[in-house]
Amino acid sequence: MRYQLHLAIHYAFERPPGSGRQLLRVQPAQIARVQRADQIALSMQPPPQDQDRFTDFWGFQVTSFTLPPGLSELRFDLTARVERQEPGPRFDLSVHPAELPAELAAAPGLGPAAPHHFLAASPHIPAVPAISAFAASACAGAPTVAAAVEALGQALHAAMTFDPRATEVDTPIATAFAARRGVCQDLSQIMIAGLRSQGIPAAYVSGYLRTLPPPGKPRLVGADAMHAWVRAWTGVEGGWLDYDPTNACFVGGDHITVGAARDYSEAAPVIGMLRMQGLQSGSHAVDIVAL
Amino acid sequence: MQPQQGKALASEGGLLAYRPLPGVPDEMADAQGRIRPLWQGLARWLDSLTPTERVLHFARADQYLNDSGVFYRMYGAEGSVERRWPLSPVPVLVDEDEWLALVPALAQRADLLERVMADLYGPGDLVASGRLPPDLVAGNPEWLRPLVGVRPRTGHFLHFIAFELGRGPDGKWWVLSDRTQAPSGAGYALENRVATSRALSEFYATENVHRLAGFFRDFRDALLAHRTDREGRAAILTPGPLNETYFEHSYIARYLAFNLVQGDDMSVQDGRLLLRTVSGPKPVEVLWRRLDSAYADPLELDQGSRIGTPGLIAALRAGQVSLINALGSGVLEMRALMAFLPQLAPELVGAPLLIPNVATWWCGAPAARATVLANPGRMILGGALSTALPFDPHAGRVPADTLSREALARKLDREGAQLVAQESVTLSTTPALIDGTILPRPMTLRVFLARTQQGWQVLPGGFARIGATPDPAAIAMQRGGKAADVWIVARHKVETLSMVPARPEAYRRPLPSALPSRAADNLFWLGRYVERAEGIIRLLRARNTRMAEAGLAAAPLFDCLAPLFAAQGVKPDEGIPKGLLATLDAAITSAAQVRDRFSPDAWSALADLQKTARRMATRVTPGDDAARALSALLRKLAGISGLVHENMYRFVGWRFLSIGRLHERALSMAGWLSVLADPEAPVGALELAVEVGDSVLTHRRRFSVSTARATVIDVLALDPMNPRALRHQIDGLRSQIDLLPEARDHGVLSPIARDILRMQTDLAVADPETLDTAALEDFRDRIAALSDRLTATYLI
Repeated sequence: MRYQLHLAIHYAFERPPGSGRQLLRVQPAQIARVQRADQIALSMQPPPQDQDRFTDFWGFQVTSFTLPPGLSELRFDLTARVERQEPGPRFDLSVHPAELPAELAAAPGLGPAAPHHFLAASPHIPAVPAISAFAASACAGAPTVAAAVEALGQALHAAMTFDPRATEVDTPIATAFAARRGVCQDLSQIMIAGLRSQGIPAAYVSGYLRTLPPPGKPRLVGADAMHAWVRAWTGVEGGWLDYDPTNACFVGGDHITVGAARDYSEAAPVIGMLRMQGLQSGSHAVDIVAL
Repeated sequence: MQPQQGKALASEGGLLAYRPLPGVPDEMADAQGRIRPLWQGLARWLDSLTPTERVLHFARADQYLNDSGVFYRMYGAEGSVERRWPLSPVPVLVDEDEWLALVPALAQRADLLERVMADLYGPGDLVASGRLPPDLVAGNPEWLRPLVGVRPRTGHFLHFIAFELGRGPDGKWWVLSDRTQAPSGAGYALENRVATSRALSEFYATENVHRLAGFFRDFRDALLAHRTDREGRAAILTPGPLNETYFEHSYIARYLAFNLVQGDDMSVQDGRLLLRTVSGPKPVEVLWRRLDSAYADPLELDQGSRIGTPGLIAALRAGQVSLINALGSGVLEMRALMAFLPQLAPELVGAPLLIPNVATWWCGAPAARATVLANPGRMILGGALSTALPFDPHAGRVPADTLSREALARKLDREGAQLVAQESVTLSTTPALIDGTILPRPMTLRVFLARTQQGWQVLPGGFARIGATPDPAAIAMQRGGKAADVWIVARHKVETLSMVPARPEAYRRPLPSALPSRAADNLFWLGRYVERAEGIIRLLRARNTRMAEAGLAAAPLFDCLAPLFAAQGVKPDEGIPKGLLATLDAAITSAAQVRDRFSPDAWSALADLQKTARRMATRVTPGDDAARALSALLRKLAGISGLVHENMYRFVGWRFLSIGRLHERALSMAGWLSVLADPEAPVGALELAVEVGDSVLTHRRRFSVSTARATVIDVLALDPMNPRALRHQIDGLRSQIDLLPEARDHGVLSPIARDILRMQTDLAVADPETLDTAALEDFRDRIAALSDRLTATYLI
């Protein structure tokens, strides 16, 4: 599928913020055989000072810039043409969960796609005993890692209520899990904590989700929005597998990837003085139009 | 100190009674208790002193430390407090030959750590090829991914590191811990040297002890050589005055003549790191950080950090700044790395380790687990990624044999990858002064290495930590441990160096560099708080004197004074009011931020004033008692002003201090006069104004009449010759402000210079009639506005 992506983020300031540095991680990634993006344009109004661009450890295309002082309003517009391959039929090549340690040992290395990064706790995803217990029970008896991933995703989707008012960007996962409420960011980070507790490397993916309600089917939650899901490592052969716990499905042609990191703190669309007020609040709009 | 002296006198014996602990090697005495040849000179000299002389000599070290305000910060349940530096004045002696053999071994280890770091932040071969387990790196919070691939501009990651050494039972030195993040202690080593050489001055002068200054001079030169631009500066980055070793940061900054900066003193623009100064942003090219890496950049590292500089990593990527050490160097401190360094050394530095480290097993490996299970009696278990020193009370280490065999096996099986086992360390003892007696105490030695233009240099000396008790676990200062100087003793005369360049003809007086805005701000407020305290004390004293003399008859006058006290948050019916103590606290806080620029004597005097005022507050009663106490405080305050003004270098920093003082005095005087010289003011108000304005004599000499409004206004507001008069302050402010950076731009006055000129002109043409209450209030508001303008122009 080919899409025209448009992201608009708008800020209105009651009092002008001081000048300050920001980082943006919003550009669709280039992923061989999965996703290609071109005609990428990022503009800001009013134009910022000293704009720069770099690729971070995980491969995110990051834009850094300094806000001019005395702003009352600020607007970002990102446009891109994205070609996303529709995934073919999925064969479960993953190993039995008990074989993962040996698989990990057979894949040393610390490149950005190495599974070893995604086993230990990370800044936003500490070990939470209640989540570990939930994951242990959901994954029990799963014949393969992929099956364990799906089982935990479905269990979480059933147990949690999607509620944009329940959490903020920095609500701890333990709090969101205790309330059984949250948004895609919370669900994904809770699922990652659960997978890691079972020894399954799991990453946080940020991206965009396009939704066209198929006839007779309900509209997917978070339609045309910035979105987040989970990427789990299933073994040397099975590799990485993307799962969307918010919608209880494996990731398909409607998910556009920006990048994957250990958790939200490394993948947040905006870092700096401008914090996002939750991924799905009204300060931004996403349009994904099929070409 | 009294009880200690008593004990020392009672012990009589000096070193004659010194007996090493049974079965523990001692630095000074051999197994038979005989003093080793290296130590005989010191032992003889100490024994030649009478007990009284010895006490007096040792007291000189304490006196020095006290006078220079050496402290460290200790954290406890009640928050943190400054503690006096716990020095044992008996140095640890190390023979030069033994030392010289150690130097290449330490340099080899430094090179090895450099190679490991270059790999972890570069190609990553050590993990990819299975020589280092991925968990130790990927799961390590000190391995900072944003720095992977960022090549240090200097070509090296490590520039200043330390090793913690201990002497094992075989008499050989062992590395107990690697300190690569931002090691502290080198500044304290300098202070220990000065204090110890004071205590033992006659002996020190005759001994051939290697000097420390050359090491620091070479390192300073190396840091300055990393600049590409003569405009670029080198600075020391500190987490701030609440850090436990802030004293050392300010001490080294002063010693090396570098700026001491905090994260939010700097910003990054176009890839350049800029320091806010009163002369505008100035580039920083070399940053010796005393801040842990994770806090250095809240945009790309710990986002919760409030002490970092957003964009610092961008400046590193742009190759515009050199960090000493490179960010992320803390990863080398993890204890588990010690299990791998012995295997890595032959490959990475071409030879086996020349100095061993504590035997360490990473329990993620099955063979290591088996070894630990087989020998639990000699193993200590701890966190694999922990960077804590082995004797840190918070290191969380437990002897393996405190667990049952089954529990140990289970723990190793479940948490093996997170655990290391280390052989339990025995330490040698060294003579230490404990409660006035010289006793053998366990010792570790911190040695410092700096990368200079000639390669690694090892500080010929170091920092010894000494346990408070014979238990090696009690070596941490937080547990009462002590510090001692380390002397590398040569057979022949050693070269004496100081920070002054070796060839006088090469000496050029460097221009004082632009003053960081934070320092200017704190100096300005220090000036204001000290002056404010003086004003409050004078007003309070006047009130208490009248209370004692006139009692209730003074009530109308007291009502008239009430708004002046209220404006300062002072309740005048308290003997020494809390509002006054708060002002003194604020002065101390400001001074603490500029200790690198502040005379140690003035600091001690200020701290003493604060302490005295606090003590007085607990017992002084209003009236005559308070009046006398306040007079005593006033005398101490005058001493501080004297120390500051006689000793401070007359440049921009001093100017801000003076502006603060003049400003506050002008503000107080305008405020006092608007109340006390008001036509409605009660009887006695004018006399009180002359008294608090410290102008009784001036007034009497100029006007041989009793006080009238016109004479008081003339003396306290209009007379340019009276150092207490409003006019004098405004004149002073004008000349100081005119000398500030950019006061004139091509002959055009800056807005603040224009403000002060207008005030000066208005005051010059005023007379006692036109300078009525409304005019005085107007002046007070204009002076207050000056502070805001100054802040906006120079201090933000």
